[in-house]
Amino acid sequence: MKYILTAKNLSKQYIQTQGFFSRKKTIIDALDNVSLNITKGSTLAVVGESGSGKSTLAKSLIRLVNIDKGQIIFDDKDFLSLDSAALKVMRKNVQMIFQDPYASLNPRMKIQSIMEEPLLIHKIGTNIEKQKKIEVMIQRVGLHISDLDKYPHQFSGGQRQRIGIARALILEPKLVICDEPVSALDVSVQAQIIQLLKSLQKEFGLTYLFITHDLRIVRHIADELVVMRHGKIVETGKTDIIFQNPKMIYTKKLLASIPGTKKST
Amino acid sequence: MKNNILEINNLKVFPKVNTGKILVNSISFNVQRGKTTCIVGESGSGKSLTALSVMQLLSQQLKLSGKILFNGTDLCVMDSESIRRKRGNEIAMIFQEPMTSLNPVLTIGYQIEESIMVHNDLSRSQLNTRVNDLLDLVAINSDRANSYPDELSGGQRQRIMIAMAMSCDPDLLIADEPTTALDVTVQAQILDLLDQLKKKLQMSMLFITHDFGVVADIADDVIVMYQGKIVEQGPVDLILNKPKHPYTIALLQCVPDAHGKKTLKPIDYKKLKREMAAI
Repeated sequence: MKYILTAKNLSKQYIQTQGFFSRKKTIIDALDNVSLNITKGSTLAVVGESGSGKSTLAKSLIRLVNIDKGQIIFDDKDFLSLDSAALKVMRKNVQMIFQDPYASLNPRMKIQSIMEEPLLIHKIGTNIEKQKKIEVMIQRVGLHISDLDKYPHQFSGGQRQRIGIARALILEPKLVICDEPVSALDVSVQAQIIQLLKSLQKEFGLTYLFITHDLRIVRHIADELVVMRHGKIVETGKTDIIFQNPKMIYTKKLLASIPGTKKST
Repeated sequence: MKNNILEINNLKVFPKVNTGKILVNSISFNVQRGKTTCIVGESGSGKSLTALSVMQLLSQQLKLSGKILFNGTDLCVMDSESIRRKRGNEIAMIFQEPMTSLNPVLTIGYQIEESIMVHNDLSRSQLNTRVNDLLDLVAINSDRANSYPDELSGGQRQRIMIAMAMSCDPDLLIADEPTTALDVTVQAQILDLLDQLKKKLQMSMLFITHDFGVVADIADDVIVMYQGKIVEQGPVDLILNKPKHPYTIALLQCVPDAHGKKTLKPIDYKKLKREMAAI
């Protein structure tokens, strides 16, 4: 099997009412016949502006959003027809890293409990094994064992994102969905996290679905690229090829608006 | 007329309660008339505090010393009434998050009128013309004057903020990360708009950002700040192509480029400390 995940003709509509008392309704196509394949061990980036449907796509792939139409095949199984018990088992294989490291960690839990929770939910390992796993993972992302005894507010944004990554990876997932994991961070921290994600990918053979609006990061991390607009896929292909020779007008416009390209070209 | 619209001399910002901490440490730089000066740095480098010092809008817990000469007059020794007359009138500021700077229960037309009337006394019809002109200037349809902020997109809101800032034809515009919260395509539009306005209204700009891509697009001069100090300053081409200071070099290596040729190198702070000690 070459692909870890195949999505076919995904569609999702949201209904928006105009005001609180208004009966006027508009239908928004968050996803409109979206199909994509994610190759095992590679990084697929989804780019688009706000409202392009990229986050809806990410959420629908782990069934945090239920789609209206379409098919998702993950690891040779039909992901949408799974019952809740089977879904729980499958979810272990797909983990997510979120944009806001301040909002995605429970402020009242110590890092120890934050890291332990996924293991408890999926009933993995004895207490000693669990502790060993947690300690190995926290060090792998560049923090210390003594940090396990701290609360999220005691960390900087970059360190919190490292905790988010450690929490996602402790279940040894096959696919990691990264929803703008570095857009809230300083450039210097951003470079650290990108390097960390790259080295973890090599070490664990991870597959990434990387959602971002920053095309410069795409160029550094993604093998393949999907450009989305208004819920549709505009263009898809190998990152290098799209950057050198974009076919669609919208992709050209996106590439032209990368800051720093104006004077250098 | 002097060549520099803003001259900052030995500016220090520190907490009123003496902790020995200095947040902005003896910085000096000039903003040339009609030019854009960018301050670049990571969070906590003191770049926003520098901008707020110029506006005399520092928090009550902070104190500053040094000289901030705007058109030759020192803003630090002025009384609050004269400062208020300059603020918004001769020096205007736009912020990162347009939604938090607009009042959600007032129409944008009313909010633009308000910013005009603080400094001018116009009749109703003059006021309407002025509001329409300003909306025109930032390429927003004048029908939108009756809209509320939540009916606008992020880019449109930032345009409204710019219209408000332009309402009294300021000589100096301070922009604190005005495009950080926006999409790339919208960011490119806003940067274009600011550049056009600068030329059209012969304005000078002090632009704060952490994005070297934005710097390359918009700056004439660049100031690199680290830990409250200016580590390097100069014309944009020189800083981007021939940086001298180890911090500038390290920071430039973290910035992903559109060509994807260079490898990203996170800052090695231990090495940086050694290199900076050697200077």
